[in-house]
Amino acid sequence: MSARERLFERLWRALGRGGSGGPEELRREVEQRIADPRPHLVPARAKVAGEERIALFVRMAKAVGTEIERVGHIGEVGEAVMRFLRFHNLPRQVRLAPDPLLDLAGFEGHALLEVRRGTASADDPTGVTVAEAGVAETGTLVLASSPERPTMLAYLPENCVVVLPIARLDGSYEESWQRIRERFGRPPRSVNLVTGPSRTADIGLQLTMGAHGPRRLLVVLVDRTDSA
Amino acid sequence: MEVTSLRFRENARRALRDPQLARALRMVREGFQQRRAQAVANLPEFEELRRIGAGIRDHVLERLDLYLEAFERRAREAGAQIHYALDGAEARRIVLDLLRSRGVSLVTKSKSMVAEEIELAEAIEAEGIRRVETDLGEYIIQLAHEPPSHLIGPAVHMTVERIARLFAEAHGTEPTTDAQELVAQARRVLRQKYLDAEAGITGANFLVAETGSVITVTNEGNAELTQGLPPLHIVVTSIEKLVPTMEDAFTLLRLLARSGTGQEFATYTTVLTGPRREGDLDGPEEMHIVLVDNGRSRMLGSPVRPMLRCIRCSACMNHCPVYLAVGGHAYGWTYVGPMGSVLTPALAGIEQTWPLPEASTFCGRCEEVCPVRIPLPGLMRVWREEAFRRGLPPATQRAGIRLWAFLAKRPRLYRLAFGLAVRTLGLLGRRRGRFSRLPLASGWTSVRDLPAPQGRTFLEQLGRGR
Repeated sequence: MSARERLFERLWRALGRGGSGGPEELRREVEQRIADPRPHLVPARAKVAGEERIALFVRMAKAVGTEIERVGHIGEVGEAVMRFLRFHNLPRQVRLAPDPLLDLAGFEGHALLEVRRGTASADDPTGVTVAEAGVAETGTLVLASSPERPTMLAYLPENCVVVLPIARLDGSYEESWQRIRERFGRPPRSVNLVTGPSRTADIGLQLTMGAHGPRRLLVVLVDRTDSA
Repeated sequence: MEVTSLRFRENARRALRDPQLARALRMVREGFQQRRAQAVANLPEFEELRRIGAGIRDHVLERLDLYLEAFERRAREAGAQIHYALDGAEARRIVLDLLRSRGVSLVTKSKSMVAEEIELAEAIEAEGIRRVETDLGEYIIQLAHEPPSHLIGPAVHMTVERIARLFAEAHGTEPTTDAQELVAQARRVLRQKYLDAEAGITGANFLVAETGSVITVTNEGNAELTQGLPPLHIVVTSIEKLVPTMEDAFTLLRLLARSGTGQEFATYTTVLTGPRREGDLDGPEEMHIVLVDNGRSRMLGSPVRPMLRCIRCSACMNHCPVYLAVGGHAYGWTYVGPMGSVLTPALAGIEQTWPLPEASTFCGRCEEVCPVRIPLPGLMRVWREEAFRRGLPPATQRAGIRLWAFLAKRPRLYRLAFGLAVRTLGLLGRRRGRFSRLPLASGWTSVRDLPAPQGRTFLEQLGRGR
């Protein structure tokens, strides 16, 4: 008998199921709950909209060390990233996700900026990617992997920039996940909920930034993403 | 890891004499307790979420077979491979077979308590495969060859000075006590390991039946680098981690970080569904999920079933007067603090571990702060009764309890006996007002004086007042 069969026998015995499986009724209940997911209690804090929602996102994100820039149009993202690089005195070198939105982001025409596309390599100082959604409740970014958005851009480089169009900013995790459900069905391979730059308290319980993932995280909030 | 829980008294005594440990534990108390309290105060719905969270866990446990089947089906559809292991030996064999057959010589590993429990690290090394722990705390204790002493801060027992010495030796650098510099050193060393590793092993915080997904939670980002760069990802986890849907996971995630570190949300929560998809530029080629039983199915059919609700947040130990005095190593196995005192006897056997549920004042703080409301003192009592039934505590202790039980069940006799004892002690101690030595009470008087009783017993005074 396989380990699987023996395990299920143990479970059936422990749950008093008798010889095999659960009653049909219980099985239907389980399938029903999975097929029709309902949010439980969503904190009142998350139930805000418009500018209030943006303000909550900004406040929560800043509280965990995320830097925020807000630009009116997608074409201004490049300039915002340049400001970030200058401010922290970082190499003028960025690795952009192959996401078509970043074609419009104004990264060309900066004389000293070296721009590469693709997934991160170990020597990329700064990665730039696009968020699938944002959660105001805790200032959390929702990144979803795809050929256009490699996951490692948000983990391997020491600095990470995430572009978040304001239209994709939700109040709660549940709203963002519903967005993913509707768009993809089966979720992408890796959905990363990112709340601030990497940190650790493993050395003497002192909060230290940049443990393995990025030391700095910049979110560029974008009001309009149309190509006009 | 050898179970040394039977030596709890001895372990605890040694721990109490260690001033560095006392300093480290004072920081655990001051840090974690205050931060949790603040996080809870910031979320008015916290108590209601605890109630819902406990309900979700109970719902799953009652239907664990069905949710496992649902998870298995969807995880396979997403391209993950599922393995079942009834015990640690089976789980180790599955992982070693995978590593061997793919010719792996270096494996990175993020934190998995199940991997600790089944001694996976030792098995990998015995196979001649190099293993690097990527959670910074785990990396530190790997350098020190020590077991973890806390659920989420495996190296909380270590002072910065000690870590400085370990790093200087391992990295060939000048010793420094600057935390930022130490983190930077580990970052440099581990970065290369992530890139060189041929396999990454992670644990799981939750398994989602709805999508067949594995959820990992870290603050460092090490789980993502561990599973995202090598071609082979192995998840080592246990069967009770299931939740029905992502909505259930989010409710528990709202409780998890707040209860543990006191954060609103952990820095990195990652939902993984199968291996690399077509066209993806990164991610592992293969994803294997090893689902370990190792005693959990037995717990499911026993009075300690509620312990399977545990989401491994560490709130119980951060608030436990016993843990905060003796630290994690005194418990003598993987799981420590109040949750360890209930879980360890269930997994390693009460014969090997009966002193653990005894090591509690039953103050109840653990139950008060548990995000899924596990009745930890009640479950410790289950184990105390079981230990008594099996005759595990020493004969004198059992005889004492038997005598007390005899009296307690006969109220008249009880009052008479205690009235007499109180008056006798009061008379004997009348001059000094306290005892520095007393027969049968050396456990108390060896460390402090026992005040002599004054007046009459509570019940006598109550009777007179009426």
